[in-house]
Amino acid sequence: MNTLLLAVITPYLGAALAAWASRHGRLHSAWVAAAVTLFALALILPEAVAVFAGETVIQRLPWMPSVGLALSFRLDGLALLFALLILGIGLLIILYARYYLSERDSMGRFYAYLLLFMGAMLGIVLSENVIQLLVFWELTSLASFLLISYWQHREDARNGARMALAVTGAGGLALLAGFLLLGEMAGGYELSVILASGDTIRAHPSYVPMLILVLLGVFTKSAQFPFHFWLPHAMAAPTPVSAYLHSATMVKAGVFLLARLFPALSGTWEWSHIVGGVGLATLLTGAYIALFKHDLKGLLAYSTISHLGLITTLFGIGTPLAAVAGVFHIINHATFKASLFMAAGIIDHECGTRDMRRINGLWKYMPYTATLAMVAAAAMAGVPLFNGFLSKEMFFAEAVSMGTQMRFGWLLPLVVTVAGVFAVAYSLRFIHDVFFNGEPVDLPRTPHEPPRWMKVPVEVLVALCLLVGILPGLTVEPILALAAAAVLQAPPPAFDLAIWHGLSPAMLMSVVALAGGLLVYAGRRPLFDLAAHWEGRVDARAVYDRLLQGLFALAGGVTRALDTGSLQRLLVLFFASALVLGAAGLVDGATPLTGSRTLLEVDGVSLTAAIGLVAAAIAAVLLHRQRLTALIIMGAVGLVVALIFVKFSAPDLALTQLSVEVVTVVLLLLALYFLPQTGPAESSGVRRTRDAVLAVAAGGGAAALAWAVLTRPYESIAGYFLDKSLPEGGGGNVVNVILVDFRGYDTLGEITVLALAGLGIYAMLERIHLPGPERDAEGRPWNWDTHPVIMASLTRLLLPLALLTSVFILLRGHNLPGGGFIAGLVTAVALIMQYLANGVTWTHARLPANFHPIIGWGLGIALATGLASWGFEHPFLTSTFGHMHWPLVGDFELASAMAFDLGVYLVVVGATLLILVYLGLMHGASHPTLSPDPSPRGGGEARPSSLPQGERAGWEPGFYEDFTNSSTNLPPRGREPGRAD
Amino acid sequence: MEALLALVIGVLTACGVYLTLRGRTFPVVLGLTFLSYAVNLFLFAMGRLAIGRPPIIGEAAAGYADPLPQALVLTAIVIGFAMTAFVIMLALKARAELGNDHVDGRADR
Repeated sequence: MNTLLLAVITPYLGAALAAWASRHGRLHSAWVAAAVTLFALALILPEAVAVFAGETVIQRLPWMPSVGLALSFRLDGLALLFALLILGIGLLIILYARYYLSERDSMGRFYAYLLLFMGAMLGIVLSENVIQLLVFWELTSLASFLLISYWQHREDARNGARMALAVTGAGGLALLAGFLLLGEMAGGYELSVILASGDTIRAHPSYVPMLILVLLGVFTKSAQFPFHFWLPHAMAAPTPVSAYLHSATMVKAGVFLLARLFPALSGTWEWSHIVGGVGLATLLTGAYIALFKHDLKGLLAYSTISHLGLITTLFGIGTPLAAVAGVFHIINHATFKASLFMAAGIIDHECGTRDMRRINGLWKYMPYTATLAMVAAAAMAGVPLFNGFLSKEMFFAEAVSMGTQMRFGWLLPLVVTVAGVFAVAYSLRFIHDVFFNGEPVDLPRTPHEPPRWMKVPVEVLVALCLLVGILPGLTVEPILALAAAAVLQAPPPAFDLAIWHGLSPAMLMSVVALAGGLLVYAGRRPLFDLAAHWEGRVDARAVYDRLLQGLFALAGGVTRALDTGSLQRLLVLFFASALVLGAAGLVDGATPLTGSRTLLEVDGVSLTAAIGLVAAAIAAVLLHRQRLTALIIMGAVGLVVALIFVKFSAPDLALTQLSVEVVTVVLLLLALYFLPQTGPAESSGVRRTRDAVLAVAAGGGAAALAWAVLTRPYESIAGYFLDKSLPEGGGGNVVNVILVDFRGYDTLGEITVLALAGLGIYAMLERIHLPGPERDAEGRPWNWDTHPVIMASLTRLLLPLALLTSVFILLRGHNLPGGGFIAGLVTAVALIMQYLANGVTWTHARLPANFHPIIGWGLGIALATGLASWGFEHPFLTSTFGHMHWPLVGDFELASAMAFDLGVYLVVVGATLLILVYLGLMHGASHPTLSPDPSPRGGGEARPSSLPQGERAGWEPGFYEDFTNSSTNLPPRGREPGRAD
Repeated sequence: MEALLALVIGVLTACGVYLTLRGRTFPVVLGLTFLSYAVNLFLFAMGRLAIGRPPIIGEAAAGYADPLPQALVLTAIVIGFAMTAFVIMLALKARAELGNDHVDGRADR
């Protein structure tokens, strides 16, 4: 069983459960979250046995094996250590947050977000595939955005969340590029491949760009200088979030990746200088700024930045022992910083402020919490007997040994010691300013000890600080050795976690740091003045803001320059750029325009048809302001296009084009009723000339391209379809077999689009109010005459014949020209003729007025045909067919694809009628009242009899009046009579 | 014959482009219809021209035109109709909401 996959998914399922549980009680979601976390822990722990035995557990779920894509998970020492941190500290946070959140905060939302984050974090540390790792990496960015902006009403929370997302998201993009390069270099995206090919990767020419891209991801996530500025702004999050994300998890993802890829990437000049340099800069900046932050959480945030810098520096140093120290400090920092954040949250909770200038002397009010916080702060400072001391001394020792190996090496221990001095100073400030230093100043509340259980998570973590600090060998050494082995992909070096190593340079540096820290804190006044003087002058946030504003301004400027709200302008730009790009392809002139194919002879009929088409098309353009005329001419052009299909051996296309042409012209006629009958002459001569030049150029380009293609010989895959059509598709009409069988999946998509277009149009028509015109283009009033008797009688007589024809076309479609599309259109045309000739009232009395079920049935049948082939263990939409003998008819082929074609037929009929009939119905609802007191909207009450008889025009679009009469007989889902709006 | 078809495609494209550049909705819809004629013919032409050779399997057939572009164009014609219908409805909706039929929704300039 894939337990690791299950462990990663569990928090996601739990998130939904927690959100749901909060409906039933405020604290339910906390219980759910805790249970989910424990369950995930229970899934992972059994696997840990194998890890302790020295194995690496790898579980795969194949997804697309042909391209090497699988969901793959990995549990080794490093992953286990992080999984324990994520789940263990997560559990403590869940307990803490249950007391921290106030009545007004939504518990369900908080725990759902927290679990989402936990799942993403587990995904990062347990991923074997780096692309999969990146997906979880981005998920942590998203989940942290939700968590930081948890108090959505606060502007600083929203801004802080956005900044964190922008910075870490941008880093994630760089990381994706880096991973792609890395995978290419290593020959695989699985960690086991990447970690084993370190030498290949380091020797690769694109090693440096790849390293920089990966490190951009790491540095943004782990808040390394100069990307550190998002972390202090993320402190607007609720404190449990800060304690979780900004001590143990989110920011640790970056250093986790450093550790994870350590064997593959480390050991080069670039690695040690970039990683080490950035880490050192972060270490120093963070430690320095932390001292001057008056906000309690601000101090902790900068201290976190500094400690992350320390870990980064250790990985940058790159020796095996430094890597061990790095992993060790990850553990230690997670424990003491999480407890400090929780203590800060308690103080904030009790005092109502986090300003250290106001919070003083809390020892008197909450001595127990104060003790816990002081222990954790001592660990942060690196005082002996606390865990921070051990890893910090390893760090000092590594700095010294590294320093002896390089020029200006003496600088390294110096810088590190200075950072240590500031770390002691800010830790001291945290203790002294908050718990001593006189009396509280003007606190909103009187502080006292928090609820018993709120202190438990802090107690657990502080106990760990002490246990690890005093008995490192018994507590942390096994898992540390395991994790270090996983980081190094080799047995870890011998390391000694003793408190007393004798008088070593590292010991000396610790003493200097402690003493120096005391001195700096004692003489802090002038330093504070200096910091206040510089405050806001050097600010990475200002750079970020300027960059962001610049980006917005650029995007806005480009958009405004291109889009002035004019479609014509955009289209001119579009056509012109298409022309320029097309012309650029022809410019080199190396290939001749005309190919070598033998051409067909021109015959007189074709020439005449072509001349007619060209003349008609040009006439349509010239007369386009007389819209009705232009529309009729366009219909004629469409008919010639159908003839072209007939001429060049495409009978199916000709039938389709012919029937589509009919419905298109009817549709546009119906629509034209609501639009001005003539267009204004508003374009200037210059503009018309410009458009004409553009149009001629575009036409010339299209003609040249068509000519170039048509005169060239080619290889086609048509042979396959022609060969297989009869034996495998069971049909002789290859076009139809392609549509319903070979490419049936595409056709299913296409009829879905058609159905959606029909439904979309129906939805649009639902809320539309259009007044119809009173007079036609030539000033004659619309005529409300009764239906022409001859036309009505003829169409009624022709209907059965037309329907029979369409059924015939549908049935024979598999072997002869025809099929669902054409038959559907023929049926639609036949039925629309009834509407035109007999009116809606008459037709609706005899036809179903609701076309939605027809579309639904059509899609359903097409889908069911496809699914049925699953029942026979064939791929979706596999066709089957058989030969039958029907008496009288003879041998008859019946293919399952014909059922599919029936679905196509129904969708086409339904969608076409839906569009046309509902547009026609609008006419009924739109006629202006012809009574003496016309209402603006009009209504269905207009009666033909009220028209002056003498003004009847010579021609009338016969169908308009029919829809008028129908306005009292709308289909069930239509509007109420007389209330068009 | 090929030159004739290329000419037809060119003229239809030119007419379509000119009409889509007009300022009122109705000619733009006509222009789009012209453009879809041109595009459909162009796609169809990718299978080259053949006379009297419909892709219908039969013993007497001397050869077959390429069925694949035909199948593509067949659905393109139907989808083109759905698109035309959608665009003209948008034009009607714009007319109803904005009171004019200018493509940018502006009243007469």
